[in-house]
Amino acid sequence: MDASVEKDMITRSEPLRVINSSPGAISKAKARTKRSWRQIRTESVFKRTLTIMGLVMIILVLGILLTLIVQSLPSIKSLGIKYLWSKVWDPVQDIYGAWPFLLGTLLSSFLALIISIPFSVSIAIFLGEYHPKGWLPNFLKNAVELIAAIPSVIFGFWGLAVLVPMVRILEIHLGVEPIGVGIFSSSLILSIMIIPYAASLGRSMITMVPSHLKEAAYGLGATRWEVIRSVVLPYTRSGLFAGILLSLGRALGETMAVTMVIGNTSLIPKNIFAPGNTMASVIANEFTEADKPVYVSALIELGLVLFLVTVVINIIGKKIIDRFTND
Amino acid sequence: MEIRSVKYRLGKSYGFQALVYILAFACVIPLLAILFYIIKAGVTKINWHFLVNVPKPVGETGGGIANALLGSILIIIVAAIIAIPIGIMAGIYLAENRKGRLAYWCRLSTDILQGVPSIVIGIVAYFWLVKPLGGFSGFSGSVALAIMMLPIVVRSTEETLKLLPDSLKEAALALGMPFHRVIFKVIVPVGFSGILSGVMLSIARITGETAPLLFTAFGNPYLSYKMTKPMQSLPLLIFNYATSPYNDWHDLAWGASLILLVWVLFLNIFTKIITRKWKVQL
Repeated sequence: MDASVEKDMITRSEPLRVINSSPGAISKAKARTKRSWRQIRTESVFKRTLTIMGLVMIILVLGILLTLIVQSLPSIKSLGIKYLWSKVWDPVQDIYGAWPFLLGTLLSSFLALIISIPFSVSIAIFLGEYHPKGWLPNFLKNAVELIAAIPSVIFGFWGLAVLVPMVRILEIHLGVEPIGVGIFSSSLILSIMIIPYAASLGRSMITMVPSHLKEAAYGLGATRWEVIRSVVLPYTRSGLFAGILLSLGRALGETMAVTMVIGNTSLIPKNIFAPGNTMASVIANEFTEADKPVYVSALIELGLVLFLVTVVINIIGKKIIDRFTND
Repeated sequence: MEIRSVKYRLGKSYGFQALVYILAFACVIPLLAILFYIIKAGVTKINWHFLVNVPKPVGETGGGIANALLGSILIIIVAAIIAIPIGIMAGIYLAENRKGRLAYWCRLSTDILQGVPSIVIGIVAYFWLVKPLGGFSGFSGSVALAIMMLPIVVRSTEETLKLLPDSLKEAALALGMPFHRVIFKVIVPVGFSGILSGVMLSIARITGETAPLLFTAFGNPYLSYKMTKPMQSLPLLIFNYATSPYNDWHDLAWGASLILLVWVLFLNIFTKIITRKWKVQL
């Protein structure tokens, strides 16, 4: 600001001050300054509180990671890295090997993924391409959201009461030992549970395909299937992949439903119908019973592995989605 | 590429369309089967007696789930009290700071937290609260559930506030309102239904969570309202009684499942109504 203008302003405001300089007005003005100071202070305190709340989220994640690492140190030290592929889990004899649980987790999750992919992609194509509007797609959309809303313990209970006897009948027909509970049953339950994640993400990706691309293909004489196969699916490939990845993350960490139908044995599963255990289910079953420090920390190391794997999967999935939506 | 007849290509197209229809609607079958089965198995078990009594020991028929209902409600209320203020504030922070290093890491942490398996949160809550305090408690269960609630509340608050026009905030600031009053008197009230729907959704999500409670609230066969003592909750009761070999206990678990299902579905439908209303207003 120009010096002369400033001077001008000061002189102009001078008479005002003179008028206001009665004793009551001075205390009022003081109160006003005090109030604005207080407001400024509240404002900065408020802004700082917001930042702290943002920090809380970061601290939480770091705290979880740190707690898991610190608590699993005893097992990392005494069992070493080969813990992950040792094949025997026998806490009574102090033998710890995570391979049965790693195998159980991978088998049940990937089987569930393979079963669920055709269904979730079909829902995505149906809602995104064939029928984006109307009462029938609305019904389907709500039904899929409902699947995601049902608590996993109810899935597990239903699986135990309905699905397991059905699997047992199937096993009798196939000539395998009819146990019912096992990796196959848990994969079936898991596949139902993870359908909504891939389906809803896939749907939003498919609706984002630019219509001029599809119209160009129709204009060249392509049928609906040819448009889907050579325009829609290639365009949304990365988005669909991200959705499937995120549902894999869900399947890996799912605990209760799996614990209830997988059979809970710590032996290496011989086939997909055999009972087994996943990383999450062995923690759920044995954590409160673990009596030795190494036993506890071996279980926590499983939790650490689970945490790291789901973190990596989620970050990759989110990165793909971000890139897709920003393009 | 080989040139096929138009008839063949159209047939293939229709065939594929039929396949997509069948596969898409096949997913409704297990959903209806679950709903139907739970309602059929649970509805005969529920009566007034069931709601106000505690479970009887094995061998005696009757008994109810009053302890689990009370425990669930208490644990969820405390979890909500912990998570909602932190979640909304963090959401406001993210909406106000779209760019910046801290906001980026905060957003990433929220995404990570959303994907963390619930059993891992149970373990962590065990080491943060159960071990230092010397025993299982309802409060530690609340904290574990609050951690599960947080990312949902944060994300829904952020997404809602991002959609609000900047002119709203600018108008309030131009009138000389301090920042915190702009947030509390203008931004939050306008986005209230969006934030509320996120809160409801997160409560619906944690109502059915069992895994974090296994090592924290632990379960309790008696009626207890002390947050510092082990506490029963609906999903825990379902898990423990469903995996028991006794038929009486299975009956209790079916009744509890139906109540849990109705509770969760009610919250979801309520949320849906709120969001629909809100979208109309926007």
